Amino acid sequence: MPLHRLALACAVLPLALASAPALAQSSMHSGKLLLTGGVSSIDGAAGGGLTPWAVTGGYGTAGEFGGSAFATRVKTQDYGLTGYGVAIAWDDRFELSLAHQDFDTGPVGGALAGVLGDPSFNDLRLKQDIVGLKVRVAGDAVLDSDRWMPQVAVGLQHKKAHAGPLADVLTAFGAKDSGTDLYVSATKLFLGQGVLVNLTLRATKANQNGLLGFGATDHDRYRVQPELSLAYLFSKRIAAGIEYRAKPDNLRDNSALGAGALKEDDWADLFVAWAPCKSFSLTAAYVDLGKIVPGVVTRRQTGAYVSAQIAF
Amino acid sequence: MTRTLSLCARALLLGAAIAAGSAQAQSTNTATQIDDALYRQLGAQPGLVKLVDDFMVRLLADPRMNPFFKDVDQAHVKAELVTQFCQVSGGPCQRKGPDMKQAHAGMDINKNNFNALVEVLQQAMDAQGIAFTAQNKLLALLAPMHRDIINTP
Repeated sequence: MPLHRLALACAVLPLALASAPALAQSSMHSGKLLLTGGVSSIDGAAGGGLTPWAVTGGYGTAGEFGGSAFATRVKTQDYGLTGYGVAIAWDDRFELSLAHQDFDTGPVGGALAGVLGDPSFNDLRLKQDIVGLKVRVAGDAVLDSDRWMPQVAVGLQHKKAHAGPLADVLTAFGAKDSGTDLYVSATKLFLGQGVLVNLTLRATKANQNGLLGFGATDHDRYRVQPELSLAYLFSKRIAAGIEYRAKPDNLRDNSALGAGALKEDDWADLFVAWAPCKSFSLTAAYVDLGKIVPGVVTRRQTGAYVSAQIAF
Repeated sequence: MTRTLSLCARALLLGAAIAAGSAQAQSTNTATQIDDALYRQLGAQPGLVKLVDDFMVRLLADPRMNPFFKDVDQAHVKAELVTQFCQVSGGPCQRKGPDMKQAHAGMDINKNNFNALVEVLQQAMDAQGIAFTAQNKLLALLAPMHRDIINTP
């Protein structure tokens, strides 16, 4: 995007947001510091790219609304994911987020159509809707720079998968079409060092984040998975870092497509976030999603992640 | 899997190293040997005077901050700020005024106001060409004062 158009986004967005009277006050104040609301994670909650943080979305502080909207595109060698959503926060304490994901299964749909003799699997897309709630319960990630105490939040993400023609197959594998992740996040900005650390522990049953349902035959219990983000602030406007998200592997024993055909790997990424102003940010990342349905596509899935966010 | 796991392990190690560095930095502040590196990075006394002069101009020009500063004795506030920045950054100064809580008791200050002041200070430090890393070190020393300065939810 040309720079002058970004400048326009920075100039016009606050005005557009302020023209909604209820939001006028919060958008005028924009009480949080730049980038301290994080970006939008693929599941909709404010955080890093792959994982929620203990921060709330947007720039509202005490007694104010803040909010954000995002669109994200991930493209690996064989798959694609498009996501979009919104988050709204009150009092820098409560956050409600909504997100939609649409996963393009690439060669897997065609392979299933061949194996099952059912052309409806061609161009198979897996979708899901996610409603998230987050509550900040303690700490201040930014201002308590003389203490070890991080900002802590607890949250849940209720996910409803829409697997299309694959839904019956997933049911046969023992996977449900909806599930609720529960998590606790701790975020600490080491301000003097310009380093941000977040650790999230997520209890989940999700297969590939929920796109392949929740749980599986003989593997239907919640598993607690760590998710780590580490970012370095290069300037007020630019942060870069790495993320790692561990995932359960509930479908590992499934042999309908061959032994280990549905094994799943953890996710990692290397990201740069750039906020030319408070109302707009761009995040670009190199992602490693591991092998996805290795029974059909054997190579690791690495690629690009791009996300744009507007916020107030 | 192995590759991502080792990436994770390295990330954890890096996190631990940073944490250890931070603990060290915090302990040296309380040690008897005073490190004035930050004070020098801020340009020592002449640098701080220039910074605070410009900071006050910006505070008065900022519609969010103007109400807090337009009626105060600006010369006095500037002198207090120079002394305070000098002291926290390891310079040879000792602030004698009232404590932070008392000094701000006459105003209603919320977190929004506090963060707005931080933003203006960042702009002033940018204008003086102070490195981002030095800016963050100073902010990290000042930020905990939010507990005494913010007095309104």
